[in-house]
Amino acid sequence: MNIPDDLLYTESHEWIRREGDDKIRVGITDHAQAELTDVVYVELPKTGASYDARGTIAVVESVKAASDIYAPVKGTVLEVNKALESNPALINTDPYGEGWIYVLQVESPDQLKALKDAAGYRASLA
Amino acid sequence: MSDAAEKRTPLYGEHVRLGARIIPFGGWLMPVQYSSIREEHEAVRKDVGVFDISHMGELVVSGPAASEWLNTMLTNNIARLEVGDGQYTFLLNDEAGVIDDLIVYRISDDKFLLVVNAARVEEDFNWLGAHRAQSGVQIANVSDSYAGLAIQGPKVGELFHALFGSEQEMPARNRIARFQLNATEILVARTGYTGEDGIEVFFAAEAAPSVWREVLQKGESLGIRPCGLGARDTLRLEMCYPLNGSDLSPEHTPLEAGLGFFVDLAKPNFTGREKLLQQKENGPARRLVAFKMKGKSPPPRPHYRVFRAGKEAGELTSGTLSPSLNEGIAMAYLATPAPQPGEEIEIEVRGQRFPAVIEKKPLYKKT
Repeated sequence: MNIPDDLLYTESHEWIRREGDDKIRVGITDHAQAELTDVVYVELPKTGASYDARGTIAVVESVKAASDIYAPVKGTVLEVNKALESNPALINTDPYGEGWIYVLQVESPDQLKALKDAAGYRASLA
Repeated sequence: MSDAAEKRTPLYGEHVRLGARIIPFGGWLMPVQYSSIREEHEAVRKDVGVFDISHMGELVVSGPAASEWLNTMLTNNIARLEVGDGQYTFLLNDEAGVIDDLIVYRISDDKFLLVVNAARVEEDFNWLGAHRAQSGVQIANVSDSYAGLAIQGPKVGELFHALFGSEQEMPARNRIARFQLNATEILVARTGYTGEDGIEVFFAAEAAPSVWREVLQKGESLGIRPCGLGARDTLRLEMCYPLNGSDLSPEHTPLEAGLGFFVDLAKPNFTGREKLLQQKENGPARRLVAFKMKGKSPPPRPHYRVFRAGKEAGELTSGTLSPSLNEGIAMAYLATPAPQPGEEIEIEVRGQRFPAVIEKKPLYKKT
Protein backbone atom coordinates (compact mmCIF):
# COMPACT_ATOMS: atom_id res chain seq x y z
CA MET A 1 0.00 0.00 0.00
CA ASN A 2 1.48 3.31 -1.12
CA ILE A 3 1.20 5.96 1.63
CA PRO A 4 3.66 8.79 0.84
CA ASP A 5 5.34 10.30 3.90
CA ASP A 6 5.05 13.90 2.73
CA LEU A 7 1.23 14.01 2.70
CA LEU A 8 -1.51 14.46 5.29
CA TYR A 9 -4.54 12.15 5.48
CA THR A 10 -8.12 11.89 6.69
CA GLU A 11 -9.86 8.89 8.17
CA SER A 12 -12.16 8.96 5.15
CA HIS A 13 -9.17 8.23 2.87
CA GLU A 14 -8.46 11.63 1.34
CA TRP A 15 -4.84 12.73 0.97
CA ILE A 16 -3.79 16.38 1.38
CA ARG A 17 -0.67 18.00 -0.07
CA ARG A 18 0.25 21.41 1.35
CA GLU A 19 1.16 23.87 -1.37
CA GLY A 20 2.03 27.07 0.45
CA ASP A 21 0.57 28.25 3.76
CA ASP A 22 -3.12 28.16 2.94
CA LYS A 23 -3.44 26.05 -0.21
CA ILE A 24 -3.94 22.29 -0.32
CA ARG A 25 -4.27 19.80 -3.15
CA VAL A 26 -6.61 16.88 -2.38
CA GLY A 27 -7.26 13.42 -3.79
CA ILE A 28 -8.11 9.95 -2.54
CA THR A 29 -5.54 7.48 -1.28
CA ASP A 30 -4.16 4.41 -3.00
CA HIS A 31 -6.07 2.35 -0.45
CA ALA A 32 -9.33 4.12 -1.34
CA GLN A 33 -8.90 3.70 -5.09
CA ALA A 34 -8.08 0.01 -4.59
CA GLU A 35 -11.25 -0.42 -2.54
CA LEU A 36 -13.38 1.38 -5.12
CA THR A 37 -11.71 -0.13 -8.22
CA ASP A 38 -12.75 0.97 -11.72
CA VAL A 39 -13.53 4.65 -11.13
CA VAL A 40 -15.98 5.51 -13.94
CA TYR A 41 -17.21 8.99 -13.02
CA VAL A 42 -16.09 11.90 -10.86
CA GLU A 43 -18.41 14.72 -9.89
CA LEU A 44 -16.07 17.66 -9.35
CA PRO A 45 -16.78 20.67 -7.10
CA LYS A 46 -17.28 24.09 -8.69
CA THR A 47 -14.39 26.52 -8.66
CA GLY A 48 -15.15 29.34 -6.22
CA ALA A 49 -17.57 27.27 -4.12
CA SER A 50 -17.01 27.09 -0.36
CA TYR A 51 -17.29 24.00 1.78
CA ASP A 52 -17.30 23.28 5.50
CA ALA A 53 -14.96 20.73 7.00
CA ARG A 54 -16.52 17.27 6.49
CA GLY A 55 -18.91 18.63 3.84
CA THR A 56 -19.44 16.55 0.69
CA ILE A 57 -17.28 18.24 -1.93
CA ALA A 58 -17.08 15.61 -4.70
CA VAL A 59 -18.44 12.19 -5.63
CA VAL A 60 -16.34 9.34 -6.99
CA GLU A 61 -18.28 6.55 -8.69
CA SER A 62 -17.20 3.02 -9.48
CA VAL A 63 -19.25 0.57 -11.54
CA LYS A 64 -20.89 -0.63 -8.34
CA ALA A 65 -21.32 2.42 -6.13
CA ALA A 66 -21.11 6.17 -5.59
CA SER A 67 -18.81 7.39 -2.78
CA ASP A 68 -18.83 10.87 -1.25
CA ILE A 69 -15.54 12.73 -0.91
CA TYR A 70 -15.35 15.14 2.04
CA ALA A 71 -13.56 18.46 2.44
CA PRO A 72 -10.81 17.87 5.03
CA VAL A 73 -11.07 21.47 6.32
CA LYS A 74 -13.18 24.54 5.60
CA GLY A 75 -12.23 26.39 2.44
CA THR A 76 -12.91 27.60 -1.10
CA VAL A 77 -12.19 25.64 -4.29
CA LEU A 78 -9.45 27.24 -6.37
CA GLU A 79 -8.99 24.63 -9.06
CA VAL A 80 -10.45 21.27 -10.12
CA ASN A 81 -8.89 18.46 -12.15
CA LYS A 82 -10.80 18.68 -15.43
CA ALA A 83 -8.80 15.74 -16.79
CA LEU A 84 -10.93 13.47 -14.60
CA GLU A 85 -14.01 14.34 -16.65
CA SER A 86 -12.68 12.49 -19.67
CA ASN A 87 -10.43 10.06 -17.82
CA PRO A 88 -11.77 9.24 -14.34
CA ALA A 89 -9.51 6.16 -14.22
CA LEU A 90 -6.56 8.52 -13.46
CA ILE A 91 -7.69 8.09 -9.86
CA ASN A 92 -6.88 4.39 -10.15
CA THR A 93 -3.66 4.68 -12.13
CA ASP A 94 -2.07 7.66 -10.36
CA PRO A 95 -4.01 8.50 -7.18
CA TYR A 96 -1.36 10.84 -5.73
CA GLY A 97 -0.38 12.47 -9.02
CA GLU A 98 -2.57 12.96 -12.09
CA GLY A 99 -5.55 11.64 -10.13
CA TRP A 100 -5.74 14.71 -7.82
CA ILE A 101 -9.29 16.05 -7.52
CA TYR A 102 -9.20 19.72 -6.43
CA VAL A 103 -7.16 22.53 -4.86
CA LEU A 104 -8.64 24.27 -1.83
CA GLN A 105 -7.94 27.70 -0.36
CA VAL A 106 -7.94 26.90 3.33
CA GLU A 107 -9.78 29.31 5.64
CA SER A 108 -7.69 28.64 8.74
CA PRO A 109 -4.47 26.67 8.18
CA ASP A 110 -4.46 25.76 11.88
CA GLN A 111 -7.18 23.22 11.11
CA LEU A 112 -4.67 21.21 9.09
CA LYS A 113 -2.94 20.26 12.34
CA ALA A 114 -5.82 17.94 13.13
CA LEU A 115 -5.14 15.75 10.07
CA LYS A 116 -3.20 12.49 10.24
CA ASP A 117 0.37 12.05 9.09
CA ALA A 118 1.41 9.01 7.06
CA ALA A 119 2.16 6.92 10.15
CA GLY A 120 -1.18 7.83 11.70
CA TYR A 121 -3.07 6.95 8.51
CA ARG A 122 -1.16 3.67 8.12
CA ALA A 123 -2.08 2.78 11.69
CA SER A 124 -5.75 3.55 11.02
CA LEU A 125 -5.76 0.99 8.19
CA ALA A 126 -4.26 -1.78 10.31
CA MET B 1 -29.62 -8.65 8.59
CA SER B 2 -26.66 -9.64 10.75
CA ASP B 3 -23.68 -11.70 9.59
CA ALA B 4 -24.83 -14.59 11.73
CA ALA B 5 -28.05 -14.87 9.74
CA GLU B 6 -26.28 -14.94 6.38
CA LYS B 7 -25.38 -18.22 4.82
CA ARG B 8 -22.08 -19.13 3.19
CA THR B 9 -21.90 -21.23 0.06
CA PRO B 10 -19.53 -24.24 0.07
CA LEU B 11 -17.14 -22.01 -1.92
CA TYR B 12 -16.97 -19.21 0.65
CA GLY B 13 -13.45 -20.24 1.69
CA GLU B 14 -12.31 -20.25 -1.95
CA HIS B 15 -13.63 -16.73 -2.48
CA VAL B 16 -11.86 -15.42 0.60
CA ARG B 17 -8.63 -17.19 -0.43
CA LEU B 18 -8.83 -15.45 -3.84
CA GLY B 19 -9.20 -12.07 -2.16
CA ALA B 20 -12.82 -11.47 -3.17
CA ARG B 21 -14.77 -8.64 -1.65
CA ILE B 22 -17.78 -10.21 0.08
CA ILE B 23 -21.23 -8.64 0.39
CA PRO B 24 -24.61 -9.82 1.70
CA PHE B 25 -27.01 -10.77 -1.10
CA GLY B 26 -30.37 -12.52 -0.79
CA GLY B 27 -29.46 -13.86 2.65
CA TRP B 28 -26.01 -15.07 1.53
CA LEU B 29 -22.46 -13.81 1.83
CA MET B 30 -21.33 -13.65 -1.79
CA PRO B 31 -18.30 -12.37 -3.71
CA VAL B 32 -19.13 -9.07 -5.46
CA GLN B 33 -15.76 -8.91 -7.20
CA TYR B 34 -12.34 -10.54 -7.10
CA SER B 35 -10.21 -8.06 -9.02
CA SER B 36 -12.37 -5.58 -10.88
CA ILE B 37 -15.93 -5.68 -12.23
CA ARG B 38 -14.71 -4.35 -15.57
CA GLU B 39 -12.04 -7.04 -15.95
CA GLU B 40 -14.41 -9.82 -14.90
CA HIS B 41 -17.11 -8.50 -17.23
CA GLU B 42 -14.64 -8.37 -20.10
CA ALA B 43 -13.40 -11.91 -19.41
CA VAL B 44 -16.95 -13.20 -19.91
CA ARG B 45 -17.52 -11.17 -23.10
CA LYS B 46 -14.15 -12.17 -24.63
CA ASP B 47 -12.95 -15.41 -23.00
CA VAL B 48 -14.68 -17.20 -20.15
CA GLY B 49 -15.61 -16.56 -16.53
CA VAL B 50 -16.86 -18.70 -13.65
CA PHE B 51 -19.45 -17.62 -11.08
CA ASP B 52 -20.46 -19.31 -7.84
CA ILE B 53 -24.23 -19.76 -8.09
CA SER B 54 -24.52 -22.14 -5.14
CA HIS B 55 -26.79 -19.60 -3.43
CA MET B 56 -29.50 -20.37 -5.97
CA GLY B 57 -32.17 -22.81 -4.86
CA GLU B 58 -33.03 -26.23 -6.25
CA LEU B 59 -36.49 -27.72 -5.82
CA VAL B 60 -37.45 -31.15 -7.11
CA VAL B 61 -41.08 -31.77 -8.03
CA SER B 62 -42.02 -35.37 -8.76
CA GLY B 63 -44.92 -37.77 -9.08
CA PRO B 64 -47.18 -39.09 -11.85
CA ALA B 65 -49.13 -35.80 -11.89
CA ALA B 66 -46.06 -33.56 -11.66
CA SER B 67 -46.19 -32.33 -15.27
CA GLU B 68 -49.89 -31.60 -15.27
CA TRP B 69 -49.83 -29.93 -11.84
CA LEU B 70 -46.69 -27.80 -12.47
CA ASN B 71 -48.33 -26.56 -15.64
CA THR B 72 -51.01 -24.93 -13.49
CA MET B 73 -48.36 -23.31 -11.26
CA LEU B 74 -45.97 -21.94 -13.91
CA THR B 75 -46.56 -19.67 -16.91
CA ASN B 76 -44.60 -21.41 -19.65
CA ASN B 77 -45.78 -24.73 -21.11
CA ILE B 78 -44.25 -27.76 -19.37
CA ALA B 79 -45.90 -30.09 -21.90
CA ARG B 80 -43.39 -28.87 -24.47
CA LEU B 81 -40.46 -30.24 -22.46
CA GLU B 82 -38.90 -33.54 -23.50
CA VAL B 83 -36.74 -35.27 -20.90
CA GLY B 84 -33.55 -33.18 -20.68
CA ASP B 85 -35.18 -29.92 -21.79
CA GLY B 86 -35.36 -26.78 -19.70
CA GLN B 87 -37.39 -23.57 -20.02
CA TYR B 88 -37.45 -20.14 -18.45
CA THR B 89 -40.76 -19.56 -16.67
CA PHE B 90 -42.56 -17.63 -13.92
CA LEU B 91 -44.24 -18.52 -10.65
CA LEU B 92 -47.07 -16.00 -10.20
CA ASN B 93 -49.38 -15.00 -7.38
CA ASP B 94 -53.17 -14.81 -7.85
CA GLU B 95 -52.86 -11.25 -9.20
CA ALA B 96 -50.33 -12.45 -11.80
CA GLY B 97 -47.52 -10.68 -9.93
CA VAL B 98 -44.13 -12.37 -10.08
CA ILE B 99 -43.16 -14.48 -7.06
CA ASP B 100 -40.12 -15.84 -8.87
CA ASP B 101 -38.55 -16.34 -12.26
CA LEU B 102 -36.86 -19.70 -12.66
CA ILE B 103 -35.72 -22.43 -15.00
CA VAL B 104 -37.58 -25.74 -14.90
CA TYR B 105 -35.83 -28.84 -16.29
CA ARG B 106 -37.53 -32.13 -17.08
CA ILE B 107 -35.21 -34.68 -15.48
CA SER B 108 -37.46 -37.66 -16.26
CA ASP B 109 -41.07 -38.09 -17.36
CA ASP B 110 -42.44 -37.31 -13.91
CA LYS B 111 -39.55 -35.49 -12.24
CA PHE B 112 -38.67 -31.79 -12.58
CA LEU B 113 -35.78 -29.69 -11.29
CA LEU B 114 -36.59 -26.05 -10.56
CA VAL B 115 -33.62 -23.68 -10.24
CA VAL B 116 -34.90 -20.66 -8.34
CA ASN B 117 -33.59 -17.37 -6.94
CA ALA B 118 -31.67 -17.49 -3.65
CA ALA B 119 -33.93 -15.06 -1.82
CA ARG B 120 -37.11 -16.87 -2.92
CA VAL B 121 -36.38 -20.52 -2.07
CA GLU B 122 -38.55 -20.64 1.04
CA GLU B 123 -41.33 -18.60 -0.51
CA ASP B 124 -41.45 -20.74 -3.67
CA PHE B 125 -41.34 -23.95 -1.65
CA ASN B 126 -44.13 -22.79 0.66
CA TRP B 127 -46.27 -21.45 -2.19
CA LEU B 128 -45.98 -24.66 -4.17
CA GLY B 129 -46.58 -26.75 -1.04
CA ALA B 130 -49.72 -24.78 -0.18
CA HIS B 131 -51.12 -25.30 -3.69
CA ARG B 132 -50.38 -29.00 -3.94
CA ALA B 133 -53.97 -29.92 -3.00
CA GLN B 134 -54.92 -33.43 -4.18
CA SER B 135 -52.27 -33.61 -6.92
CA GLY B 136 -50.17 -36.14 -4.99
CA VAL B 137 -46.89 -34.53 -6.14
CA GLN B 138 -43.79 -34.54 -3.95
CA ILE B 139 -41.85 -31.30 -3.52
CA ALA B 140 -38.34 -31.44 -2.10
CA ASN B 141 -36.08 -28.51 -1.30
CA VAL B 142 -32.61 -29.88 -2.08
CA SER B 143 -30.91 -26.46 -2.17
CA ASP B 144 -28.44 -27.22 0.62
CA SER B 145 -27.24 -30.42 -1.04
CA TYR B 146 -26.27 -28.71 -4.29
CA ALA B 147 -23.49 -26.39 -5.30
CA GLY B 148 -23.64 -24.61 -8.64
CA LEU B 149 -21.32 -22.78 -11.03
CA ALA B 150 -22.09 -20.67 -14.07
CA ILE B 151 -19.33 -20.96 -16.67
CA GLN B 152 -19.92 -18.27 -19.28
CA GLY B 153 -18.15 -16.86 -22.29
CA PRO B 154 -17.23 -17.64 -25.90
CA LYS B 155 -14.55 -20.12 -24.81
CA VAL B 156 -16.94 -22.27 -22.76
CA GLY B 157 -16.86 -25.04 -25.39
CA GLU B 158 -13.10 -25.45 -25.10
CA LEU B 159 -13.35 -25.50 -21.33
CA PHE B 160 -16.19 -28.02 -21.43
CA HIS B 161 -14.03 -30.40 -23.46
CA ALA B 162 -11.01 -29.85 -21.19
CA LEU B 163 -13.19 -30.76 -18.20
CA PHE B 164 -15.33 -33.60 -19.49
CA GLY B 165 -13.35 -35.02 -22.41
CA SER B 166 -12.99 -34.12 -26.07
CA GLU B 167 -15.40 -36.89 -27.10
CA GLN B 168 -18.25 -35.40 -25.06
CA GLU B 169 -20.72 -32.96 -26.55
CA MET B 170 -22.11 -29.93 -24.79
CA PRO B 171 -25.87 -30.12 -24.32
CA ALA B 172 -27.84 -28.01 -26.82
CA ARG B 173 -29.24 -24.64 -25.75
CA ASN B 174 -31.60 -25.05 -22.75
CA ARG B 175 -30.83 -28.79 -22.49
CA ILE B 176 -29.46 -30.48 -19.37
CA ALA B 177 -27.44 -33.71 -19.13
CA ARG B 178 -25.26 -35.67 -16.70
CA PHE B 179 -21.48 -35.79 -17.00
CA GLN B 180 -18.67 -37.11 -14.86
CA LEU B 181 -15.79 -35.01 -13.55
CA ASN B 182 -13.37 -37.32 -11.75
CA ALA B 183 -15.58 -38.95 -9.11
CA THR B 184 -18.26 -36.25 -9.20
CA GLU B 185 -21.48 -36.47 -11.15
CA ILE B 186 -22.32 -33.10 -12.67
CA LEU B 187 -25.56 -31.84 -14.18
CA VAL B 188 -24.65 -29.55 -17.06
CA ALA B 189 -27.26 -27.16 -18.47
CA ARG B 190 -26.64 -24.95 -21.50
CA THR B 191 -28.08 -21.82 -19.88
CA GLY B 192 -26.88 -18.55 -18.46
CA TYR B 193 -27.52 -14.97 -17.43
CA THR B 194 -24.85 -13.12 -19.39
CA GLY B 195 -25.81 -13.11 -23.06
CA GLU B 196 -22.79 -15.25 -23.90
CA ASP B 197 -22.67 -18.92 -24.70
CA GLY B 198 -22.37 -20.77 -21.41
CA ILE B 199 -23.30 -23.56 -19.08
CA GLU B 200 -24.63 -23.77 -15.56
CA VAL B 201 -23.51 -26.84 -13.63
CA PHE B 202 -24.93 -28.41 -10.48
CA PHE B 203 -23.36 -31.05 -8.25
CA ALA B 204 -23.05 -32.29 -4.66
CA ALA B 205 -22.11 -29.46 -2.30
CA GLU B 206 -19.20 -31.47 -0.80
CA ALA B 207 -17.44 -31.51 -4.16
CA ALA B 208 -17.64 -27.73 -4.60
CA PRO B 209 -14.06 -26.70 -3.77
CA SER B 210 -12.49 -29.42 -5.92
CA VAL B 211 -14.77 -28.73 -8.91
CA TRP B 212 -14.18 -24.97 -8.58
CA ARG B 213 -10.40 -25.43 -8.54
CA GLU B 214 -10.48 -27.81 -11.47
CA VAL B 215 -12.52 -25.33 -13.53
CA LEU B 216 -10.09 -22.50 -12.74
CA GLN B 217 -7.08 -24.70 -13.48
CA LYS B 218 -8.39 -26.10 -16.75
CA GLY B 219 -9.55 -22.65 -17.78
CA GLU B 220 -6.29 -20.91 -16.99
CA SER B 221 -4.88 -21.16 -20.52
CA LEU B 222 -8.20 -19.79 -21.85
CA GLY B 223 -7.95 -16.67 -19.68
CA ILE B 224 -10.65 -17.71 -17.22
CA ARG B 225 -11.46 -15.42 -14.31
CA PRO B 226 -13.53 -15.98 -11.22
CA CYS B 227 -16.39 -13.47 -11.47
CA GLY B 228 -18.55 -11.92 -8.77
CA LEU B 229 -22.06 -10.54 -8.47
CA GLY B 230 -20.87 -7.16 -9.76
CA ALA B 231 -20.03 -8.50 -13.22
CA ARG B 232 -23.07 -10.77 -13.10
CA ASP B 233 -25.22 -7.66 -12.73
CA THR B 234 -23.55 -5.60 -15.48
CA LEU B 235 -23.61 -8.56 -17.90
CA ARG B 236 -27.28 -9.34 -17.35
CA LEU B 237 -28.36 -5.71 -17.46
CA GLU B 238 -26.66 -5.17 -20.84
CA MET B 239 -28.91 -8.02 -22.05
CA CYS B 240 -31.95 -6.57 -20.17
CA TYR B 241 -32.37 -9.87 -18.32
CA PRO B 242 -34.51 -9.04 -15.27
CA LEU B 243 -33.33 -9.37 -11.68
CA ASN B 244 -36.05 -10.61 -9.35
CA GLY B 245 -36.62 -8.25 -6.43
CA SER B 246 -35.55 -5.31 -8.61
CA ASP B 247 -37.04 -5.56 -12.12
CA LEU B 248 -39.53 -8.26 -11.17
CA SER B 249 -41.77 -8.14 -8.11
CA PRO B 250 -45.20 -9.24 -6.91
CA GLU B 251 -46.50 -5.82 -8.05
CA HIS B 252 -45.62 -6.44 -11.69
CA THR B 253 -46.71 -9.09 -14.18
CA PRO B 254 -44.47 -10.77 -16.77
CA LEU B 255 -46.40 -8.91 -19.50
CA GLU B 256 -45.55 -5.58 -17.89
CA ALA B 257 -41.93 -6.74 -17.79
CA GLY B 258 -42.07 -7.47 -21.52
CA LEU B 259 -41.59 -11.20 -20.97
CA GLY B 260 -44.80 -12.50 -22.51
CA PHE B 261 -42.75 -14.94 -24.60
CA PHE B 262 -42.43 -17.10 -21.47
CA VAL B 263 -46.17 -17.05 -20.74
CA ASP B 264 -48.40 -19.49 -22.61
CA LEU B 265 -51.86 -17.93 -22.47
CA ALA B 266 -53.17 -20.81 -24.61
CA LYS B 267 -52.84 -23.12 -21.61
CA PRO B 268 -56.33 -23.64 -20.17
CA ASN B 269 -55.46 -23.00 -16.56
CA PHE B 270 -52.59 -21.53 -14.54
CA THR B 271 -52.30 -19.10 -11.64
CA GLY B 272 -52.61 -15.52 -12.81
CA ARG B 273 -54.01 -16.38 -16.25
CA GLU B 274 -57.25 -14.36 -15.92
CA LYS B 275 -55.40 -11.18 -15.00
CA LEU B 276 -52.90 -11.72 -17.81
CA LEU B 277 -55.66 -12.23 -20.38
CA GLN B 278 -57.15 -8.92 -19.29
CA GLN B 279 -53.79 -7.19 -19.57
CA LYS B 280 -53.22 -8.73 -22.97
CA GLU B 281 -56.57 -7.41 -24.13
CA ASN B 282 -56.19 -3.89 -22.75
CA GLY B 283 -52.43 -3.60 -23.01
CA PRO B 284 -50.38 -3.52 -19.80
CA ALA B 285 -50.71 -0.30 -17.80
CA ARG B 286 -46.94 -0.12 -17.36
CA ARG B 287 -43.99 -1.46 -19.26
CA LEU B 288 -40.44 -2.22 -18.21
CA VAL B 289 -38.28 -0.25 -20.62
CA ALA B 290 -34.53 -0.06 -21.11
CA PHE B 291 -32.59 3.09 -21.80
CA LYS B 292 -29.17 4.59 -22.23
CA MET B 293 -27.92 7.83 -20.75
CA LYS B 294 -27.27 10.42 -23.40
CA GLY B 295 -23.92 12.18 -23.29
CA LYS B 296 -21.85 12.57 -20.18
CA SER B 297 -23.62 11.65 -16.95
CA PRO B 298 -23.05 9.87 -13.66
CA PRO B 299 -23.93 6.15 -13.82
CA PRO B 300 -27.66 5.58 -13.25
CA ARG B 301 -28.45 3.55 -10.10
CA PRO B 302 -31.51 1.72 -8.76
CA HIS B 303 -34.20 4.01 -7.26
CA TYR B 304 -33.06 7.18 -9.06
CA ARG B 305 -36.16 9.10 -10.15
CA VAL B 306 -37.33 9.16 -13.76
CA PHE B 307 -39.01 12.17 -15.42
CA ARG B 308 -41.08 12.21 -18.62
CA ALA B 309 -41.93 15.55 -20.18
CA GLY B 310 -40.78 17.18 -16.93
CA LYS B 311 -43.07 15.09 -14.70
CA GLU B 312 -41.98 12.42 -12.26
CA ALA B 313 -42.81 9.06 -13.83
CA GLY B 314 -41.25 6.39 -11.64
CA GLU B 315 -37.86 5.15 -10.51
CA LEU B 316 -35.08 2.96 -11.88
CA THR B 317 -35.38 -0.71 -11.06
CA SER B 318 -31.81 -1.35 -12.26
CA GLY B 319 -28.97 0.84 -13.44
CA THR B 320 -25.24 0.75 -13.95
CA LEU B 321 -22.37 1.84 -16.12
CA SER B 322 -22.23 -0.66 -18.96
CA PRO B 323 -18.63 -1.87 -19.24
CA SER B 324 -19.17 -3.07 -22.84
CA LEU B 325 -20.81 0.14 -24.08
CA ASN B 326 -19.12 2.52 -21.66
CA GLU B 327 -22.49 4.27 -21.21
CA GLY B 328 -24.98 4.45 -18.39
CA ILE B 329 -27.79 1.89 -18.84
CA ALA B 330 -30.94 1.31 -16.82
CA MET B 331 -34.48 -0.04 -16.71
CA ALA B 332 -37.71 1.36 -15.25
CA TYR B 333 -41.45 0.77 -15.41
CA LEU B 334 -43.20 3.56 -17.30
CA ALA B 335 -46.97 4.00 -17.68
CA THR B 336 -48.88 6.18 -20.14
CA PRO B 337 -48.35 7.26 -22.80
CA ALA B 338 -46.92 3.92 -23.89
CA PRO B 339 -43.15 4.40 -23.92
CA GLN B 340 -41.46 3.94 -27.31
CA PRO B 341 -37.82 3.54 -28.34
CA GLY B 342 -36.38 6.94 -29.15
CA GLU B 343 -38.35 8.78 -26.47
CA GLU B 344 -36.17 11.09 -24.44
CA ILE B 345 -36.57 10.97 -20.66
CA GLU B 346 -34.60 12.35 -17.72
CA ILE B 347 -32.95 10.68 -14.75
CA GLU B 348 -32.34 12.59 -11.55
CA VAL B 349 -28.93 12.15 -9.97
CA ARG B 350 -28.23 14.05 -6.74
CA GLY B 351 -30.82 16.68 -7.56
CA GLN B 352 -29.76 17.23 -11.16
CA ARG B 353 -31.53 15.76 -14.20
CA PHE B 354 -29.65 14.05 -17.02
CA PRO B 355 -31.11 13.04 -20.42
CA ALA B 356 -31.59 9.40 -21.42
CA VAL B 357 -33.14 7.71 -24.45
CA ILE B 358 -35.43 4.67 -24.44
CA GLU B 359 -33.87 1.84 -26.48
CA LYS B 360 -34.93 -1.52 -27.82
CA LYS B 361 -33.91 -4.53 -25.72
CA PRO B 362 -31.28 -5.89 -25.46
CA LEU B 363 -28.99 -2.90 -24.97
CA TYR B 364 -25.92 -4.92 -25.92
CA LYS B 365 -25.67 -6.86 -29.15
CA LYS B 366 -22.77 -9.09 -29.93
CA THR B 367 -20.85 -7.89 -32.99
